[in-house]
Amino acid sequence: MKSTDRAAAFGLAGALALSLAACSSGGSDGADAGSTDGAGKTTLRVVSLLPGSEQAAIDAFDKQVDEFEAANPDIDVVPEEYEWKATTFAAQLAGGTLPDVFEIPFTDAKTLIANGQLSDMDAQFRTLPYADKFNPAIVEAGSSEDGKVYAIPAKNVYGIGLHYNRKLFESAGLDPDQPPTTWDQVAQDAKKIADANPGVAGYMQMSQNGTGGWQLTVQTYARGGRVQELSADGATATSTIDNPATVEALEWLQKMRWQDSSLGSNFLLDWGTMNEAFAAGQVAMYTSGSDVFTSMVQSNGLDPATYGLAALPLSDAPDAGVLSGGTLAAVPAGASDAVKDAAIAWIDFFYTAKLVDQDRAVADARTLVADDQPVGTPVLPMFGREQWEQNQEWIKDYINVPLDQMQSYIDSMFDLPLVNEPSRHTQEIYALMDPVVQAVLTDQDADIASLLADADQQAQALLDQD
Amino acid sequence: MSRPTVPETTTPTDLAPNPPSTAGALAPRPRRTSARALVDSVAAWVRRGGPHHLVFLLPTLVIFGVFSWTPIVRSVVMSFQKTNLVTPPTWVGWDNFQFVLNDPLLGTAVRNTLWFALLALIIGYPVPLVVAVLMSEVRRAKGLYSALAYLPVVVPPVVSVLLWRVFYNASPTGVFNTILGWVGLGPYPWLQDQTWAMPSLVLAATWAGAGGTIIIYLAALVSVPPELYDAAEVDGAGVWRKVWHVTMPQLRGVLFITLILQVIATAQVFLEPYLFTGGGPANATLTVLLLIYRYAFQNSLGGNYGAATALSLMLAVVLALFSLLYFRLTKSWSQ
Repeated sequence: MKSTDRAAAFGLAGALALSLAACSSGGSDGADAGSTDGAGKTTLRVVSLLPGSEQAAIDAFDKQVDEFEAANPDIDVVPEEYEWKATTFAAQLAGGTLPDVFEIPFTDAKTLIANGQLSDMDAQFRTLPYADKFNPAIVEAGSSEDGKVYAIPAKNVYGIGLHYNRKLFESAGLDPDQPPTTWDQVAQDAKKIADANPGVAGYMQMSQNGTGGWQLTVQTYARGGRVQELSADGATATSTIDNPATVEALEWLQKMRWQDSSLGSNFLLDWGTMNEAFAAGQVAMYTSGSDVFTSMVQSNGLDPATYGLAALPLSDAPDAGVLSGGTLAAVPAGASDAVKDAAIAWIDFFYTAKLVDQDRAVADARTLVADDQPVGTPVLPMFGREQWEQNQEWIKDYINVPLDQMQSYIDSMFDLPLVNEPSRHTQEIYALMDPVVQAVLTDQDADIASLLADADQQAQALLDQD
Repeated sequence: MSRPTVPETTTPTDLAPNPPSTAGALAPRPRRTSARALVDSVAAWVRRGGPHHLVFLLPTLVIFGVFSWTPIVRSVVMSFQKTNLVTPPTWVGWDNFQFVLNDPLLGTAVRNTLWFALLALIIGYPVPLVVAVLMSEVRRAKGLYSALAYLPVVVPPVVSVLLWRVFYNASPTGVFNTILGWVGLGPYPWLQDQTWAMPSLVLAATWAGAGGTIIIYLAALVSVPPELYDAAEVDGAGVWRKVWHVTMPQLRGVLFITLILQVIATAQVFLEPYLFTGGGPANATLTVLLLIYRYAFQNSLGGNYGAATALSLMLAVVLALFSLLYFRLTKSWSQ
C-alpha cells in the first residue's frame, strides 16, 4: 500500500465513529419486538432490576416471574436488567434493543408517541378492570393528542424528597428525628456533619448526565422559580433558566462548596453514583425521588437503619413547589397483538394490580418480604389518596421499610404543592444546565450570572426549533 | 491487490491472439468488437482462475462491506439528512454542518481535543520509547518486564478506567492522595477540577496504551544490527551517544508511524473522558468524539444524528488531510 493510501485509510478511521449512529437505523421496525413460537407461546422481554442488584432482589423478582408464568402458561417472560439513563435510552431506542416492556419518564412520553416509537396500547389498557380509576392527569401523561393510551402509568409517581443519613446526623450531634426544614438549615447541618466527619459530604447535589439540570430545577422550584414558561395557547415556550430563584440556588451551593467546604470532594455524580455514595455513607444529605430507597436497598446495600427521608424544604415564595415526575411502562412500536396482550398482562400483574386488588397486594408483599425486599416505600398515589390508604391497610403486616424514619415526608406527602417537570426539550435542557452546576462546584470564581445567561440562550435556541 | 496470487494455469491458447475478423477490418463495428473483447477477457479471467480469487476474497469483501463501508457510506448520506431513524429522513443540504459549526461547544471540544493530543504527545509519546530502550538493555527477566509493560493493554479499558477512578478519588483518603500525602504533597483534586482533569485523563490513557507501543519499539530495536553498536563502541561512544546516533536513526521509520497513529488516536479520544468525567467538570474534558456522542445520544428522545454524522465526517476529512500532509512532509526523512 502506498503511503498516501495508508494516510487516507487512517483518516477514514475517523469515520468509524459514524457507525455509532448509522448502524442503528431501522431500530423500531419491531422485527425483534417479542416473538411467538410455533407452539403459540409468546416471549415477552421485560425490564427487571437495576444492573448489579443484590441476589435477594433477583430471587424475589424471579419468583414473581414464576408466579406470572404459572398464571399465564402461554407467556414466557425474559427479564432484562435495565437502568433508565438519557444517553443509553436513546441508543437502545435507536438500536431497537429495548425490552418489550420498558419504562420511560413522564416527560418523554408525548414526544415518543408523536414520533411513532411506542405501540398503541389503548385497547389493552381498557381491558384493565380499574382503567377508569387512575388519576386522569397521570393517564394523560402517556396518551396521544387524540386521547389514546400508549404508555401506562406503572412503576411510580414521585415527589422529590430530602434523603439523609441518620447515623451521620448523630455523629455531628444533630437529632436525626429533626431533619432540616429550610435550605439554610440544610447548609448549617451539612457543615456540622462535614466538620465532624472528614472526607464526608454534608450535602451533595447531582451534576452529571442531565441530573445536574434536573436537580437544579428541583432547587429552583423549591425557591419559587421556573425554568420554562409556555405561552397561554402552549404554542411557544420561553426559557427562564436565568431567574432569581436559580441564582439563589447556585449561590447557596457556591457558599457551601467554597466557604463551608461541606460538599465533600467528588463533584461529578449522577443518579446511580449518588445513590452509591449515599449508601456508602460518603454523602449525608441529597435530594432525589421519594422512592429511591427501594433501589438503594436492592442495588447499593443500603442499611435501612441509617436512612431518613424528609420533606423537601420550600421557601416562602408563593410559587415554591416540589418537582414531581414518574414512570410509565411502554411497548416499542411494531409489537404484535400477542406481545401487546402479554405486555398488558405483565403490567397488570407486576405494576398496577397490587395497588387496587387486595389479593395481588398481599401476594406481592409476601413474595418481596420473603426475600427481605422493601415493602411500603412512600410513593405518590396513582389512584387517589383513598385507594392508597386502603392499599397500605392491606399490606400493613408486611411493611418492612422504616416508616417512622420517613415520617416527616409522609406527613406532608398529600399536601405537597407538586410541580411538573419542564415539558419541552426536557432532557436536553437539563443537560445544558449540568455544566453550570459543575462550574459552580469546581471553579471558585464561577460567574453565575454569565453561566446562566449562556445556558438560557442555548435553551431558548432549542425551544425556538419547534 | 495484484491479480496473479495463485500459480498461473494459462494454456498456450490463452496467449494466442484473437482471430482477425475480416468484416471488422473492412468496416469497423466497434460495439460488436468491444462486446466480443469483453466476452474474451471475461473468458480469460475465468480460465486464469478468477472466480477462485473472488471466492477467497468474498468473506473479506462481505465483512468490510457490511461492517465498515456500508456504515461509512450511510453516515455520509445521513450527514445531509434530518432523521430520527423512525420516520423517513428528509434532505437538509448543509444544515447539519452549519448547525455544528455554529455550536459554541465545537470550539471547546476542538480546544480540549488539541490539549489532550498535546499532553499525550508530551507525556505519552516519549514514555514507551524510553521504557523500550531501557528494557532492551535489561539482561535478566526480560519476559517479566515485557509482561508487566503489556499487562495494562490486556486489562479491559472499562475496568482500568474504573480502577483509576478509585485511584483518583479526590478526598485526602484517595489512593494517590494518600501516597502523595506520605511525602507531604496534596491532596490534589484530580478529576474534580477543570485544570487537573485533562492531565489526569492523559496519565491514565498513557498507562493503558503504552504497552502496545513498547512492544512495537522492542521489536524494532531487535532489528538494529549489533555491528552498529560494536562499531560505535570502538569509536568510543557511551550509552547516550549510542542511543542517539545508532538506535534513534534506526527507529526513525517506526517512530514516524507511531507518531501519526498516536495523533489520529488522540484526535478520536472518547473512552477516557466519557467514563472518567462525562466531559466535565463544566465541559473541561469535552472532546470532539464525546460531542459527536452527545449529539447522537444525549437526548433520550432520539438525538441529532445528522449533526453527529456531519461532525464525524468533518473530523474524518481533517484527519485524512493531516495524514496526507504528514506523509508528504516526512517522506524524505522516514525512508
